[in-house]
Amino acid sequence: MRTAEAASWIATAPWRVERVRRESHDVVTLALVPPEPFTFEPGQFSMLYLAGVGEVPISISGTSEPDGLVLHTIRDVGAVTHALCTLIPGQHVGVRGPYGTAWPVAAARGGDLVVVAGGIGLPPLRPAIRAALAERDKFGHIVLLYGARTPADLLFTDELTAWRGRFDLTVEVTVDAADSQWRGNVGVVPDLIARAGPFDPGLTTVFTVGPEIMMRFAVRALLGSGVAPERIYLSMERNMQCAAALCGHCQFGPFLICRDGPVLSYQRLARWLGMREV
Amino acid sequence: MTLEPLLRGHRFFAGLAPEYLALINGCARNTVFDEGTFMFREGEQADEFYLIRDGRLALEIHGPGRGPVVVQTLRAGDVAGFSWLIDTHRWQFDGRVIEPVRAIGVDGRCLRDKCEQDPKLGFELMRRFAGLAVDRLQATRLQLLDVYGHAHG
Repeated sequence: MRTAEAASWIATAPWRVERVRRESHDVVTLALVPPEPFTFEPGQFSMLYLAGVGEVPISISGTSEPDGLVLHTIRDVGAVTHALCTLIPGQHVGVRGPYGTAWPVAAARGGDLVVVAGGIGLPPLRPAIRAALAERDKFGHIVLLYGARTPADLLFTDELTAWRGRFDLTVEVTVDAADSQWRGNVGVVPDLIARAGPFDPGLTTVFTVGPEIMMRFAVRALLGSGVAPERIYLSMERNMQCAAALCGHCQFGPFLICRDGPVLSYQRLARWLGMREV
Repeated sequence: MTLEPLLRGHRFFAGLAPEYLALINGCARNTVFDEGTFMFREGEQADEFYLIRDGRLALEIHGPGRGPVVVQTLRAGDVAGFSWLIDTHRWQFDGRVIEPVRAIGVDGRCLRDKCEQDPKLGFELMRRFAGLAVDRLQATRLQLLDVYGHAHG
């Protein structure tokens, strides 16, 4: 069985692409069949490899039900991600992992959970949201605040619609720009925090992923609303290449993001966030 | 009917002294706007601002060949309108109602007169509107940065 503990610097094994789902004009979710039983924790990532093209870190965005396929959601931003986004069912991709630290879902039990996602930051948060909803009675309020560039860039819209239909989950979506046909919110994610409705800052755990600038502003708003710095968790992105804490490319201050992250508490990151030399 | 309880309950006036709420109440009225209507139009005289209690409105601007673009949406707890404070007193955007809006409209001319008579009230209001303006400016900067337009995550 492949587990977080077992994954290290090992050869990539080919996984078959079972399904491809286009989430938006530049984002695709691959549903992959692992060659052997595979487990992961919400927030972890895999290294996806295409022979002759290259390898990139991609967040695990969940598993499909009921067939248990492993989902990776990819934004087409470079040569490797473009090649991954053009895979079709039946083709294969090399996978190493899972790697990295996970969202502390269990530690958040007993209090409120606020999830702040921006853009392609929603995929690594989806497994955490699903995990919390799977044991809904163990949490107080659960709030999802999600921002994207435009309405066309929103991901997982079917699941968002289902979540919005629940009475035990608050979902607020906003976009940076829209035409007058859009009936939702226009504005930035940090602005949603002050309007996010019922959560008790003193008992709240926050998970956030998005562009680093967005996360910095979101953290300021969260701290301003009274959330404790040690209960705010961010998922960091740096140039990960080996994912095994060997190459040093993903160093961020004293951390190697592939080993110590990507999920880290704001309390540990605070000194380094916003420092342009890091 | 006094609107003081509603004024006191609005986020924008949280913690404001009762005597100032009483003064503002003298300039305030209850307003309701139906979906699809405009609360205000760009270029019109701006002698009122709104404390939104319920519903949502879109601040829009339009240009030839582009149609209306939503620059921000406002909802319960938000304030619509800085223009009553600025000397030109003209609305800068269209305010189109997306969901029926209930709001307290505050007469800007009336309130400016009260601020002239009581500079402490004027300072308190200016402090709150300046904070609001800074928040909007920061949000606008983030939107202009187009943070989602670049690779990450």
